[in-house]
Amino acid sequence: MSMISADRLSVGYDGIPVEKDLSFSINRGDYLCIVGENGSGKTTLMKTLLGLIPPVSGRVVFEAEGPGNKGIGYLPQQTIVQRDFPASVTEIVLSGCQGKSGLRPFYNKEEKALARANMEKMGILQLKDRSYRELSGGQQQRVLLARALCATKNLLLLDEPVSGLDPKVTMEMYDLIRKLNDEGITIIMITHDIQVATMYASHILHLGAKQFFGTTDEYLSSKAGKFFMLRQKGGVMI
Amino acid sequence: MISKLIEYLSYPFVRYAVIVGILIALCSSLLGVTLVLKRFSFIGDGLSHVAFGAIAVASVLKISNQMLLVLPVTIICAILLLRTGQNTKIKGDAAVAMVSVGAMAFGYLLMNVFSTSSNLSGDVCSTLFGSTSIITLSKDDVWLCLVLSVAVIIVFVLFYNKIFAVSFDENFARSAGTNAGIYNLLIAVVIAVIIVLAMNLVGSLLISALVIFPALSAMRLFGSFKKVTVFSAILSVTCAFLGIMVSILAATPVGSTIVVADILAFAICCLTAKVRRTS
Ligand SMILES: Nc1ncnc2c1ncn2[C@@H]1O[C@H](COP(=O)(O)OP(=O)(O)O)[C@@H](O)[C@H]1O
Ligand SMILES: [Mg+2]
Repeated sequence: MSMISADRLSVGYDGIPVEKDLSFSINRGDYLCIVGENGSGKTTLMKTLLGLIPPVSGRVVFEAEGPGNKGIGYLPQQTIVQRDFPASVTEIVLSGCQGKSGLRPFYNKEEKALARANMEKMGILQLKDRSYRELSGGQQQRVLLARALCATKNLLLLDEPVSGLDPKVTMEMYDLIRKLNDEGITIIMITHDIQVATMYASHILHLGAKQFFGTTDEYLSSKAGKFFMLRQKGGVMI
Repeated sequence: MISKLIEYLSYPFVRYAVIVGILIALCSSLLGVTLVLKRFSFIGDGLSHVAFGAIAVASVLKISNQMLLVLPVTIICAILLLRTGQNTKIKGDAAVAMVSVGAMAFGYLLMNVFSTSSNLSGDVCSTLFGSTSIITLSKDDVWLCLVLSVAVIIVFVLFYNKIFAVSFDENFARSAGTNAGIYNLLIAVVIAVIIVLAMNLVGSLLISALVIFPALSAMRLFGSFKKVTVFSAILSVTCAFLGIMVSILAATPVGSTIVVADILAFAICCLTAKVRRTS
């Protein structure tokens, strides 16, 4: 059985769909990229998968856990609130353990060790006492990724993890994500760079007028894929 | 001057005022960061107006212990306002504005029509600016303040990590399995309790200053949530203590003196931050 599947899923707000009739399924270890133009509903779909907003119609089925969605790591698009929030790197990464700790008021040894291990993995251990708001964009994303890793062992949902990063840091970020995927973590990532999507992903979900779901190879030979690859190569970013 | 202070402090009601004032100042600084960063600053303002309205109703109904009416009404309004802030058609700030102005008008109208007091504008003024109420607290009020302050502090410490997670990134917290709704509710209730407490100290118009200035000052100087929280608590307590002392010695109104102290502290913190950045 697949890890997550969507069955004729429509996503949107207040009962009004943004994107209709999505059907797809993801297996353990897959790397799915969600692509599509701005406003096509990528973020809305991700929030629905996370259970943050209810589906307009259709349903999302999880393999093991129910709709409580315990154990998903999420890297949201950054919000304005976080830009000037006074918080140290350690405080933020530790907060990734929050979901599991239930009503226990303080973090225990294992959780602190987990946070430390994930900071090390993301190469930010030397920043652990620094303030989040003083870090560069790339460092901030690594912090949020380390936090997401504290919340999950097997599934990461990433919403435009490289937006606002310079090309070099962007490539480092993508390599990091691929390494996590190689370790067996299932990845669902939103990007609007189709080149990158076809380079890294095993599956592609294209939202918008020309909906598509399939493997990357299928996508490249499909009409939608060819059309959009061409458009982006021509320098027209969508 | 010192001898005058010692003489004043030998009166039990002055000592009560100092203790209660310090506890209230401590409580009100705790949620400052959360309120500022979740863009809830205005809620403190709105709720204090609601509390004003409730006090007006309580005094018209001649309820002897006004807190018993004011506290539940303010808590209910806090819950409703936080709700609308999240996801309804009326935007959060508009809802707060409507409720607060409405409660204010209603309260003043009631006081004006039904009041038997000979000094109506004096009553209204002291409710708004808290002029002398801290000194005139009854022993019951002092106990209630003590119990509520201690409860607020305990709840804050126990839920500190949750409050951090929910204020920093609510969507992440929810996706990781934290019941953000419950903690938002908790935050709302705690804010309401703090507002009602702080009305005793500074009156309803100045509460926002008491809640927000220490947090803003601390955010200028520190970059971690823990340091900001601890420093704003220390700052708030210091300012409240100094404010109360000055107001005793110089016979100035307690509430505004404390708030002026908070503003001075904010200015000093801003300057310090600037000097540190340029050096
Ligand atoms: N909270 C919201 N309430 C109502 N509509 C929204 C909300 N957030 C986004 N939308 C609308 O939903 C559509 C899809 O948005 P989104 O999923 O963020 O697009 P994408 O991430 O693909 O750029 C947009 O037209 C946007 O205006
Ligand atoms: Mg988006």
